[in-house]
Amino acid sequence: MASSTRVTFPNKFLPYLLLAPQLAITAVFFYWPASQAIQQSVLREDPFGLSTQFVGLANFKRVLNDPNYLNSLQVTVIFSIATALIAMAFALLLAVMADKVIRGKGVYRTLLIWPYAVAPAIAGMLWLFLFNPSMGTLAYLLRSTGYNWDPLLNSDQAMVLVVAAASWKQISYNFLFFVAGLQSIPKSLIEAAAIDGAGETKRFWTIIFPLLAPTTFFLLVVNTVYAFFDTFGIIHAVTGGGPGKATETLVYKVYNDGFVNLILGDSAAQSVILMVIVIAMTAVQFRYVERKVHYG
Amino acid sequence: MIQNNPIGRIIAHIILIVGILIVAFPIYYTFVASTQTLQDIIRPPLSLLPGGHFWENYSSALFGGIGKIGGVGVDRLLLNTLVMALGIAIGKIIISILSAYAIVFFRFPGRMFFFWFIFITLMLPVEVRILPTYKIMVDLGLIDTYTGLILPLMASATATLLFRQFFMTIPGELVEAARVDGAGPWRFFKDILLPLSKTNIAALFVILFIYGWTQYLWPLLMTNRNDMATIVIGLRKMIDFTDANTQWHLVMVTCILAILPPILVVVLMQRWFVRGLVETEK
Repeated sequence: MASSTRVTFPNKFLPYLLLAPQLAITAVFFYWPASQAIQQSVLREDPFGLSTQFVGLANFKRVLNDPNYLNSLQVTVIFSIATALIAMAFALLLAVMADKVIRGKGVYRTLLIWPYAVAPAIAGMLWLFLFNPSMGTLAYLLRSTGYNWDPLLNSDQAMVLVVAAASWKQISYNFLFFVAGLQSIPKSLIEAAAIDGAGETKRFWTIIFPLLAPTTFFLLVVNTVYAFFDTFGIIHAVTGGGPGKATETLVYKVYNDGFVNLILGDSAAQSVILMVIVIAMTAVQFRYVERKVHYG
Repeated sequence: MIQNNPIGRIIAHIILIVGILIVAFPIYYTFVASTQTLQDIIRPPLSLLPGGHFWENYSSALFGGIGKIGGVGVDRLLLNTLVMALGIAIGKIIISILSAYAIVFFRFPGRMFFFWFIFITLMLPVEVRILPTYKIMVDLGLIDTYTGLILPLMASATATLLFRQFFMTIPGELVEAARVDGAGPWRFFKDILLPLSKTNIAALFVILFIYGWTQYLWPLLMTNRNDMATIVIGLRKMIDFTDANTQWHLVMVTCILAILPPILVVVLMQRWFVRGLVETEK
């Protein structure tokens, strides 16, 4: 926090007045629902809302022993790792190339930041237009080579399609951060290595890549959070969690159990588990931010 | 010596161009499809050059009766989305700049408590508390209202933290000087703080506008009536692969209309957006 020597305005009521709007919104739309989720997660309610009883941690126990939940946890982990790796690798390649060119940097950047502005659900739809078996041109080309492409029936192909859409949308974001990261690496270091005879590939893996580690780690956390929480639209628009439950992520399951199947206690318990996951990820991110101060 | 490697540079250009083609292709393909007839779209492969039905498709989607989704025109859906995106962006900037101002430039009992009270919300996206938040919206009668679409998404600390961080870099001498010259808190805020924050506000505006425009789960839950839906939700309702009557050429037009406004905002405000994004999240 600010040091105590900070010059301030002497005023008794004004600061509370200034804080009031945000405090009100935070209390009503954050603390109230969050506390309800925690309360609901230890209660068992029948689907008609007629009776409620306290069941302790039974909801959590049931959720964590539910094969469907464990399946969706596995789906989420696979989906997140694949999305983060592909989006970051592709973005890093482009950023390294953009760092090399002298002319046209601005043009390339402009042409690469579009997908950031596309809603995840629409990103999913764009890929579905290309790859759905009934009218997608790329699906048509795949099938004409004899490959049995049908993401609406084959679970692995469905996963490939949602991962493609999710990582496509995230490339812009990663690209911008990698470009910024590359710019902060001192050119003298790279030149010294070149004079010592290190080739381009060697320079990349021994100097550039290690120095990019803070950026990479930051992006890893951000991409994982993105894949966990912001990709609901992609799943909902492209596969609806299917085929079967092959692409049912954790957030999709919370929605499905709470709003479609109306199992309130389970849905609330899942929400609380998700909160714990987010808090853990944020904590990791903050530790990293603190560490980064030392890197300068 | 590294800079003078023409072959390496040419390879870099080639890789970048291929990358851009891959990144742009899904959007380009949808644009091409939006200028074709329905018959051409449902019989792949589609030509890779735009067809001749641009005006016909776009005007019938925008003004004709055919482009309606559940009795609602595309213009209405775009308006809803615009109101939501602007509401979230402007509303969040206002409440955040005010609370950051209070936390940095005033000393008062409970200051740290309020800071943490707001700060904790940073961690929890709306996705993890959808059901209870939804119930509260029902209790408050906010389903199918702009208020219901906007307010809950403003409850997050990101913008407050950004402003706080920026305010703390403002030298104390500036505040001192303002006070010596007889400027009160309001005068200082209006004449010194706001002008200094212009770049930050612009960057945040872009990020929050995109955030609001691309929302999906929340508008899906909050709107039952078709005339309150956002363009993304409306689009989802139009798409049905099992329905032979789906007007695919109009779906493609709607898709382009849905992604054009945020893309324009990002590209035109690129300078602030890039700086804001890279700096705020660092």
